Amino acid sequence: MTGREQEVLETIERRRRRKPRLTDELITLAHGAGGKSSHVLVEALFLEELGNPLLAPLADAAVFSQNGTRLALTTDSYVVKPLFFPGGDIGELAVNGTVNDLAMMGARPLYLTAGFIIEEGFPTAGLRRIAVSMGAAARAAGVAIVAGDTKVVERDKGDGVYINTAGVGVLERELELSPSRVRPGDKILVSGTLGDHGVAVMVARGNLELEVDLDSDTAALAELVDGLLNATDGVRCLRDLTRGGLGTVLNEIALVADVGIVIDEARLPVRPEVNGACEILGIDPLYVANEGKLMAVVAPNAAAAAFAALASHELGINTEVVGHVREEQPGLVVLETAFGGRRVVDMLVGDPLPRIC
Amino acid sequence: MRFVDEYRSPDVARRLAEQIAGLVEPGRDYKLMEVCGGHTHTIYKHGVENLLPPAVDLIHGPGCPVCVIPMGRVDDAIALAERPNVIFTTFGDMMRVPGGNGSLLEAKARGADVRMVYSPLDALRIAREHPESEVVFFAIGFETTTPSTALTLLRARAEGIRNFFVFANHVTIIPAIRAILASPDLRLDGFIGPGHVSTVIGTVPYRFIARDHGKPLVVAGFEPLDVLQAAFMVMVQLAEGRSEVENQYSRVVREGGNARALEAIAETMELRTTFEWRGLGFISQSALKLRDEFADWDAELRYDVPGVRVADPKACQCGEVLKGVIKPWECKVFGTACTPEKPIGTCMVSSEGACAAYYNYGRFSRRLETVTT
Repeated sequence: MTGREQEVLETIERRRRRKPRLTDELITLAHGAGGKSSHVLVEALFLEELGNPLLAPLADAAVFSQNGTRLALTTDSYVVKPLFFPGGDIGELAVNGTVNDLAMMGARPLYLTAGFIIEEGFPTAGLRRIAVSMGAAARAAGVAIVAGDTKVVERDKGDGVYINTAGVGVLERELELSPSRVRPGDKILVSGTLGDHGVAVMVARGNLELEVDLDSDTAALAELVDGLLNATDGVRCLRDLTRGGLGTVLNEIALVADVGIVIDEARLPVRPEVNGACEILGIDPLYVANEGKLMAVVAPNAAAAAFAALASHELGINTEVVGHVREEQPGLVVLETAFGGRRVVDMLVGDPLPRIC
Repeated sequence: MRFVDEYRSPDVARRLAEQIAGLVEPGRDYKLMEVCGGHTHTIYKHGVENLLPPAVDLIHGPGCPVCVIPMGRVDDAIALAERPNVIFTTFGDMMRVPGGNGSLLEAKARGADVRMVYSPLDALRIAREHPESEVVFFAIGFETTTPSTALTLLRARAEGIRNFFVFANHVTIIPAIRAILASPDLRLDGFIGPGHVSTVIGTVPYRFIARDHGKPLVVAGFEPLDVLQAAFMVMVQLAEGRSEVENQYSRVVREGGNARALEAIAETMELRTTFEWRGLGFISQSALKLRDEFADWDAELRYDVPGVRVADPKACQCGEVLKGVIKPWECKVFGTACTPEKPIGTCMVSSEGACAAYYNYGRFSRRLETVTT
């Protein structure tokens, strides 16, 4: 590698850390895909106009103290298509997703709200089915849905049903989970197989002519997190691996903590069905969404306890230590390929567009 | 995963890499061009370059189907997509390619009905399901994708589907390789030949490269071991002073190619006199259009396509990158004005483009990687 090439790489790294500017005139689907465009939209528009110290970390939930009690507050909207898919439906997703955002801050989820935007002509039986599944998911996660709202929009102005949920939880431990606490030497764990939800939903859309026997992994992770935090106080940061997948989350951590990250492809847990579908579609399981998996960064001496705690729970039986944090190449996530080479894992640009040949 | 893992064995890779290193003559540098964008993608995705000795340099060639589409054709596509009553169908890769007037993704945000498909047959299905609309398929690609467009045209005719139109941009690989070989500013030692294209055209058309230009060419598959083995086979030829066309991908590629695919292409399409390639300029007899018998399905005849040539932005050096004259990072705008999220050139859009592959996968300090891990 020449000095000139090194200079070019350093220039790119400096640019990656600059405050992003939103230059697009219109919102495109890329702004909703969880990759670079989504980040630019949030940081250059919403954070700029609405910014405050609680919002600024852009964590899964905001954490604040009220009368000596630490609370976590979050919100998320669900626009999945199809509404019903193998292993779950939009209602279950809307509960679990918000519960998980609270759990990732170390909070015990308490109460949710639910807002429904329903398209004219949607069958009430379908809506009841969604409500039933939300109720079951809420009971399983130990939360109550305590407030709600319904709006009906004209036919063709919505995709059946959109759901927004917000949630509040309480932090009962003296603990700060944040990417800024990540240090060189830390270990990176994932709680199970990657990409199950994303691939299950893609296949369920039925336009790929792929038949894969695969369920979404949607699940509430609060209990899994509770077990982990009981087992060790060495947890630095937790993230659920939703839109954008593990690849996006690791990039966020590398940039915020200004550390390098190395992951080992051979240790990434991926189901053969998911791997096969991704191979055919030309997409990378590292960027495919999960709805019941988390990533934990833990202190080096906490790795064994963290692994044992996660792996002993039924939602974490496929837990793996997949990588580590280092000082070198700060801001970059490098993958040691199973083939014996190395490559960068960057944030995704736009939707994972399938390659053509 | 069966039939995949076998071609990704790190142990076999290490042994092959040692054998390649053993073939390097002291003091000599080797420049091998992989013609096909699929190989470029494999090389970066699996980190194949890390395994090669420093004296062996892989040069990324022009075989990325998205990369060679000139800006004017993207504008034509957008003009078609923005017509009322048109459903415009395209492979996903083309959605973000910028023309002179934005991309198809932006046209979609403005209200054009642009839909991503995985196959031209999906586009034909949409035409069948929407008889009230006119469905246009943005046909791009080398001989790899051309047969599926050809078969779709034959099926459209057989079924009498009249609301389906093909905007043909299919190109052929041999003229592109000739253009590379004619480039005065490039010294290549050998070629890793395209795999999928060769399943269609076979290995015979490459013979002039070995015979007239004295360069070895080895047709390769798309798994990382395929590429590494092909590099080894080229190196063996160089060590023995041979230049031949060899076939590493014999589990798929036949010397004579795929006769039925070639027939389908010949039945539906014919060579254009000339066609503009992004960065390479006009190359005679390098692209295909629909035959007169298929005029009823030809989007260029059905609609008034603007057909305005748009010059590449001044700063863009896609041409030099596609010819392998410069490395992606040597382009003046690489990674600064031109990034995957705001591409200026096509090479930065497709994951098969050399610039996007280098930016997304190869952008780390190799010097540091060898000492720290």
